[in-house]
Amino acid sequence: MNKELHIVVCVKIVPKPEDVTLKEDNTLDRANAESVINPPDKNAVETAVSLKERYGGKVTAISMGPPFFDDFMRLIMAMGVDDAILLSDRAFAGADTYPTTLTLAAGIKKLGDVDLVICGEESSDGGTGNVPPGIAEWLGWTQATYCHEIDYDEIQSRFVVKRSVSTGYEVISIPKPAVVSVELGVNSPRFPNFYLKQEYDQSYKVTIWDAKALNLDPETVGLKGSHTTVDSLKSSKGKERKKQFIVGSPKEIAEKLATIILENM
Amino acid sequence: MSKTKKPTNTTDWKGIWVILEHAKGKVSGVSWEILGKARELGDRYGIRVSAVLLGTNLDEVAKEAIYRGADEVYVAEHEALMHYSWEAHTKVVTDLVEKYRPNILLLAATHNGRDLAGRLAVRLNTGLTADVVELDIEPEGELLVGSVPGFGGSILAVIKCEHSRPQMATIRPGVLIAQELDTSRTGEIHKIASDIPPNLITTQVLQEIPVESVDISKAKRIVAAGRGVGTNLELVEELAELLDAAIGVTRPLADIGLKSRDHQIGSTGVTVRPKLAIIVGVSGAAHFVSGIQDAETIISINIDEEALIFDHSDYCVVADLNDVLPELIEALKARLYSTAK
Repeated sequence: MNKELHIVVCVKIVPKPEDVTLKEDNTLDRANAESVINPPDKNAVETAVSLKERYGGKVTAISMGPPFFDDFMRLIMAMGVDDAILLSDRAFAGADTYPTTLTLAAGIKKLGDVDLVICGEESSDGGTGNVPPGIAEWLGWTQATYCHEIDYDEIQSRFVVKRSVSTGYEVISIPKPAVVSVELGVNSPRFPNFYLKQEYDQSYKVTIWDAKALNLDPETVGLKGSHTTVDSLKSSKGKERKKQFIVGSPKEIAEKLATIILENM
Repeated sequence: MSKTKKPTNTTDWKGIWVILEHAKGKVSGVSWEILGKARELGDRYGIRVSAVLLGTNLDEVAKEAIYRGADEVYVAEHEALMHYSWEAHTKVVTDLVEKYRPNILLLAATHNGRDLAGRLAVRLNTGLTADVVELDIEPEGELLVGSVPGFGGSILAVIKCEHSRPQMATIRPGVLIAQELDTSRTGEIHKIASDIPPNLITTQVLQEIPVESVDISKAKRIVAAGRGVGTNLELVEELAELLDAAIGVTRPLADIGLKSRDHQIGSTGVTVRPKLAIIVGVSGAAHFVSGIQDAETIISINIDEEALIFDHSDYCVVADLNDVLPELIEALKARLYSTAK
């Protein structure tokens, strides 16, 4: 009856948005971009680890990306996660949400015996928010997106979540297994324990699963499995601005601004 | 688990569909905006525009959808559709799409719109362009072209879905323009019988907590505050009140709950296009700027002369807002009250 929870947390390693620019030829320049854990995914990790602390069980982190992301996976483990898996294969590259969710769902399915999958609400690079419901559909599980609070009802064996909707919030109860996403900032993610990180660096090997391990046909993943294509990129520049600096004492500035405001409102 | 990609004969799929999101019959602004754009594209290319409504007691709303640009409305009324659930909504929309085969299927990029769209795209085995800020159809009248912000909003990716149907997209609030209500418009209303098995919905709604929402996307004037303001919005609120302006905040201020998400400007918040924006204590990260860059005039006040926000401003003030704002409020009061006399 009181089986302990197995929680999977999905994380994405993303380039820092402000470090990515567009080159003259409208291709991405991410050479100087620092990689970071997608911010809401840290809230997802915190949610997963605190649920484990309350109800017992284990947390597995899963991510799709190149093998050298294993260092980030150990960093996430140092936040209290028990195991880490990287889904890594050249064939996974260039995926839109359709094959991305297929691949993540395949990884979760291979783990078996999972009760809850927690994702961040969206990624800061692509930002679609469509990955959590996509994973849920591939697995045939229920979903709850944009959650603020997630609790486990041990007696009913269901999750109770408070999610944000356009009219406010709703509190819903959903059965196991489920896929949920949490909003950015819903909790304060704990800092990684650096002693633990050092220990994992020495002794823990992140599990890597490729398309073959996941039993996925290379034709269905990555760019080949995508329905959408990026036709081109362009910079999102607003209007040309005057960039006129107003100087003087606070009083002088205020008078000049008052004139500008009344002329432009 | 793996579905093989079905080759779709794209010519069998026709028309633009807009799924209207509503709360107990009150349609959200973004849904009318999407319908407005669909009408414009429909007129340009001679494409039929259909609205889809799921819920209960929808007769009046269906008429309004016609008045706001739809040629026809599919209305699915069922008790199980009264409250949004992914289970029933995914099932009903999937059944409709498989039966009528729309070429384009548009939803609002709201929480529930994305909740539904992400699920539907996998079930329908098709492509989804998420969070569109610019929407168009290629000159042949077939292919949807959606521009979506990436990397915090500074870069737009132009996305197409050439081989799968329907071409799905979710559209951000505030980026398109709704049609005026035209009660002389006529159209067909089709009532659809929904097949919703009683055990389909496993979600139980325990509680609804309404939070009064504000819509700043249409505000003529906005005073926007960022982290530089700290946690006290008093001066900002006073200035906003004086100018009859809406208050906007950056994501960090919304995160700490200083203002609700309705007030959050940027790529994960609201897109605004006011006549005048006064931006105080905002550094100018791309994800914020992308939500306000269409403002007609931008005035920025920041203590840091290197602040990125100045690159996006018409009038720039390098100063401590605690020095300038009280003086500005006084100066404005003096002028506004003297003209009132």
